[in-house]
Amino acid sequence: MSHQRRSRVAARRQPRAPVFAALGDETRLSLVAKLCGGQPYSISQLTKGSKLTRQAITKHLRVLESAGLVRNVHAGRESRFEFDPKPVEEIREYLDLVSAQWDQALSRLKSFVEH
Amino acid sequence: MNNQIEKRIELKAPVSRVWRALTDYREFGQWFRVKLEGPFVPGQIVRGQITYPGYEHVKWEAVVHKMEPERQFSFTWHPYAVDSKIDYSKETPTLVEFRLEKTSKGTLLLLTESGFDKIPSDRRPEAFRRNDGGWTEQMKNIENHVAPTS
Repeated sequence: MSHQRRSRVAARRQPRAPVFAALGDETRLSLVAKLCGGQPYSISQLTKGSKLTRQAITKHLRVLESAGLVRNVHAGRESRFEFDPKPVEEIREYLDLVSAQWDQALSRLKSFVEH
Repeated sequence: MNNQIEKRIELKAPVSRVWRALTDYREFGQWFRVKLEGPFVPGQIVRGQITYPGYEHVKWEAVVHKMEPERQFSFTWHPYAVDSKIDYSKETPTLVEFRLEKTSKGTLLLLTESGFDKIPSDRRPEAFRRNDGGWTEQMKNIENHVAPTS
């Protein structure tokens, strides 16, 4: 793990908590699952087939949007939402980093107690 | 992607030896590479200074949770809190748990770090319980989507 990579990951630690929070809800997870196919959807399309109202779906989309997980894109008069994979990548990278540090620490512990 | 870290490692040393390496603050400091100011006491804060080369400026801080001799040791902390410009105390800490099990060769050490998903919402824990399988599945979907090769 290079110093540069460490600093880079550390520098963007801040936005993580809202991402975890935004994903910690069934409705929002199902919205993300739908959107992560790559195709943008309008609110009506996302409401269709759901038990929730348009207002409720909109509210959930705003939470995802503020965490950077979805983007509102406009095509003419039409407004659609699309998935942005970046925050998820960053979370994964962060967990990988913490995980790698434990691997190193535990291997030091192993030599420490076995010798 | 899992939202908790799990490790298991087989150590060729008796449980009592591993317990001491984990809970004696000087021994912990040697392998973890941190100079701690004082011993681990349940419910109390332990502070120290990282001794890992290049990270000597980084402060270490944890709150001891449980100490069940030769079985379980846990603390909460802010993982990877290396940027002095960030106030990590505003973030929800994660819980680190060490569990020890005696084996024929020595000790099985199980480590979990959890709480990466913590959010200040009343509905959250229930939603998570009901959605455990779903969560893992959904994250897999997302991961497949974001994997560079897909």
